[in-house]
Amino acid sequence: MTQTKGAVAFRNVRKTFGSFTAIPDLTLDIEPGKLVTLLGPSGCGKTTTLRMLAGLESPTDGQILIGGDDVTRLPADRRDVSMVFQSYALFPHMRVGQNVAYGLEAGGMKSAEARKRAEEALELVGLSGLAGRLPAELSGGQQQRVAVARALVLEPQVLLLDEPLSNLDARLRRKVRTDIRELQQRIGLTAVYVTHDQEEALAVSDTIVVMKEGKVAQIGTPRELYESPASDFIADFIGEANVVDGRVLSVEGDVAQVELGGVTLPLPSRGQSPGPAQISLRSNALKVTTDGTGIKGTIASSAYLGDHVEYEIDGPLGRIFVVDDESDTPLPSGTAVALEVRPRGVALIPGTA
Amino acid sequence: MTSRDNRRLDLILAAGVFALIALPWYRIRSGFFSFEWLEDFISSEKLWPGLVQGLTGRWQLWPVLALLAVAVLLRFTQAPGKRGGALIAVGAAGLAWMLAEGLAIGLRGWNWGLLEATFGDVAGQQAFGAGAVVLGTLFALMIAFGAAERGALKGDAFVLGAITLLVLLVATFVFYPLVSMFTGAFQEFDGSFTSEGVRRNIVDPKIWSLACFWGGNCGVAWRTFFLAICTATGTTLLGLVFALVATRTGFRFKKSLRLLTVLPIITPPFVVGLALTMLLGRSGSLTQVIEAATGWELGRWLYGLTGIWIAQMLSFTPISFLVLIGVVDGISPSMEEASQTLRSDRWRTFRKVSLPLMAPGLANAFLIGFIESMADFGNPLVLGGSGGVLSTEIFFAVVGAQNDPSRAAVLAMVLLFFTLSAFLAQRLWLSGRNYATVTGKGDGGRHISLPRRVGWPVITVAVAWAAFTITVYAMILFGGFVKIWGLDHSLTLDHYAKAFGVGWDNGILWTGVAWDSFWTTMEIALIAAPLTAAVGLLTAWLIVRQRFPGRGVFEFALMMSFAIPGTVIGISYIMAFNLPPLQMTGTAAILIACFVFRNMPVGVRGGVAAMAQLDGSLDEASLTLGASSGRTMRKVILPLMRPAILAALVYSFVRAITSISAVIFLVSAKYNMATAYIVGLVENGEYGIAIAYSSVLILVMITVIGGFQLLVGERRIRRGEEKAANSSFSAKEARA
Repeated sequence: MTQTKGAVAFRNVRKTFGSFTAIPDLTLDIEPGKLVTLLGPSGCGKTTTLRMLAGLESPTDGQILIGGDDVTRLPADRRDVSMVFQSYALFPHMRVGQNVAYGLEAGGMKSAEARKRAEEALELVGLSGLAGRLPAELSGGQQQRVAVARALVLEPQVLLLDEPLSNLDARLRRKVRTDIRELQQRIGLTAVYVTHDQEEALAVSDTIVVMKEGKVAQIGTPRELYESPASDFIADFIGEANVVDGRVLSVEGDVAQVELGGVTLPLPSRGQSPGPAQISLRSNALKVTTDGTGIKGTIASSAYLGDHVEYEIDGPLGRIFVVDDESDTPLPSGTAVALEVRPRGVALIPGTA
Repeated sequence: MTSRDNRRLDLILAAGVFALIALPWYRIRSGFFSFEWLEDFISSEKLWPGLVQGLTGRWQLWPVLALLAVAVLLRFTQAPGKRGGALIAVGAAGLAWMLAEGLAIGLRGWNWGLLEATFGDVAGQQAFGAGAVVLGTLFALMIAFGAAERGALKGDAFVLGAITLLVLLVATFVFYPLVSMFTGAFQEFDGSFTSEGVRRNIVDPKIWSLACFWGGNCGVAWRTFFLAICTATGTTLLGLVFALVATRTGFRFKKSLRLLTVLPIITPPFVVGLALTMLLGRSGSLTQVIEAATGWELGRWLYGLTGIWIAQMLSFTPISFLVLIGVVDGISPSMEEASQTLRSDRWRTFRKVSLPLMAPGLANAFLIGFIESMADFGNPLVLGGSGGVLSTEIFFAVVGAQNDPSRAAVLAMVLLFFTLSAFLAQRLWLSGRNYATVTGKGDGGRHISLPRRVGWPVITVAVAWAAFTITVYAMILFGGFVKIWGLDHSLTLDHYAKAFGVGWDNGILWTGVAWDSFWTTMEIALIAAPLTAAVGLLTAWLIVRQRFPGRGVFEFALMMSFAIPGTVIGISYIMAFNLPPLQMTGTAAILIACFVFRNMPVGVRGGVAAMAQLDGSLDEASLTLGASSGRTMRKVILPLMRPAILAALVYSFVRAITSISAVIFLVSAKYNMATAYIVGLVENGEYGIAIAYSSVLILVMITVIGGFQLLVGERRIRRGEEKAANSSFSAKEARA
């Protein structure tokens, strides 16, 4: 039992709302101690999945296991998970300390002990001394940390976070996500994190589960997803790649020779056989030159953004989006250019022939 | 999980066994809570509990005993996950059997000849008593717990239990009476079926005649309908006038106009009629002035539809005003500003933009006025004279010499048909047509003032009507201090002394004639208020926060019960609760039940409004932190809803005091209510005391509401965000 503490498993889970099927058939395993992100566009079923794990929705079919135990029919208040809400859901009529101690007291802990533990939890998130405030008297970032403390203090097997950063401004978001990640790794807690922001997902996750229309589109480490997207959807969703048509000329072992806009380059074959194929081309995978060799094209528009220049370039691949780090001499529209391909950031998309 | 499932099941099983061996199964004449039955519990066979009744030959209780035994067996032989379905079945069977045997066997044996012919004689039985009521409740809970064990609604036993009990209560106190009324119309006195009474009444020209078009008298249904149309039109127009003055003119006293909206809440419904009699009746003061000045003989013109109409205009204009303030205020100013920038002057903007946007709101106010007028009982009772309306005809059909229950039932159905049609029109046709923005977020603009050619007439009408209203209310306060109205205008305190006299003889002696009904009223209102608030807010919580099958229907049915006129409720309660299986007439309980279920929809609405402002993730956060639904309710929802709870308490308290239409059917010598007592005084011509008593009631209610405003107002200063709750309990809901 102890080995599986913190493990989460979905077994053929289906969820319908009336005639609408939110999740057709989900099977998913989450290893203990990992931070797993559910990522996807809105309406992809990621929040529904999280809420089923929390016990706030019940699956129409299938099984959910936490720490090896079947919790499918267990109501929310009896599951060993706790959740950080998008809106934080701090009880406005209770002090910060009371908010954090709330779950402990619900579990039957003496209030003096609960208060002490709450104070410790607040310290953990760097808010010691604020226990006596009302939530309304805290800044957004502080409220967010209270919500985290309130969830962590229960020492749950699994911590659930539902878009925990979406109410923070951009600068704060970066800091808080680092804090959350650090805290999670320090405690060694299993965490399930829902977001629609791919950058956030790349930054915090051990594993990312990309979802689309209620199904898992791809599971992998941030790097796997970025470098070897399993579909054009993933390629586009993670890091805004250009998805272009090319051709596999030959395959030798794991290496395929791929023709792309008039140039040939070796890429991991990923099970593709010779023939037409789709290729994911990261916006920073191309170097824009006026005199070099490579894919020919013409600049349709350019935007100077300080440390980099964004180009839209017409050529044999159609219109593609390119980011060039060389910003000293931005090129005007209409310039004829050649695009050198760097092997990093280019990948064959499997099964798209 | 298992232990919790078992614990709550143990609890209800233990309670069930207790009810079967230690509580009297049948109703006790002296009342359960007097506990006089404890003395004779062993010796008197009427008081025996269910188990003993069953063992001594009442075979109709055997299934009940057997089902409880099955439940106990299930508890000890089956694990919680396995027995859910069986528990549901046992609970449902138990309820169904109790319903069937309760309805089938009456005081003198079988209720229907057919059953007697089939099964032979059976001993008669009393109405359900404490034991039976407890057991019925437990069967209902068994259904809920069984469903929880099967994992319905995420296995939340608290929510399921609450839903089951609410459905049971609403079925018992709203739908069972209505059904009883319908069946009552088709029954002879001995219970057998007959359509004779219905056939006679349904074609009665006194109800349906249209003779007034060619010089005769129209039937009561048409007269009531006609009156309701007139009242609805009048109140909507006047309400609009007031709303426009209050929001779109520079009229100096417009703030105080809003005070008008409090009036219908605090005024017992017949008081306006009473004041009108004193002003315009045969010996009314205004009548005398006019007669002296002109020499005309004015006579009894006030008694009849005209008088009722004036009284209803006075009573219901404030309600329409309140509805329309929201509508007029809610129209986004940017619409009007846009119109002005498009080269339209204020008059054109008003005509082409503002008024059309208000149209759905006006229709809504019209329908509310229509329902109010139809349901009004107090004013027609005082001013109806010989030509009454449906609500008073219903009353006289049962209390008067006629004593014709099937006539009352037919009239009640006609009345119900009218009000429900209006309600359905309001709900189905108007819903989704409201242009007013309800968020209260201004988009920065300001409403334009009325064009001059509308502004002045509107202010004139509003001021004139407000003056009339003030005069009428002044009458009420003043009338109590005058010896004999219209004859001897010397000032006196006699009426107050007679009504509220206090003596001293080794302790306070409440010698005044009013004290008896006054204390009863206070007592019953104080008991009913917290129950109403609790039931209403619990329902609101379920409707807003829980998703369960049939929720929409449940909500709709609840709201529909709001459109049932009090008179209909009164008559249906009499028909339902006068005989076993549930016999409650003449008790305080029937009054309390009537108030709770009549006023509950208001609590529900207020609760829904207040709860809509609470983020749903608060509940969910509490659940994921390990608190049960019950604890969540107690620790999170209730504290945040305090203003709404207070409002519901005050509202139901006040309504219990001012209500008359249903109450007048249900009062008894032991439990007489203030309003019913005052109506009695009016019928005996004791206007002085009646008016004095009414003024005291109004003062009591002003005190209560004022105190409440202070309380809520104080909270507002401390925390900025909690203010919307109390405004949702407004006079819009106030009805006689």
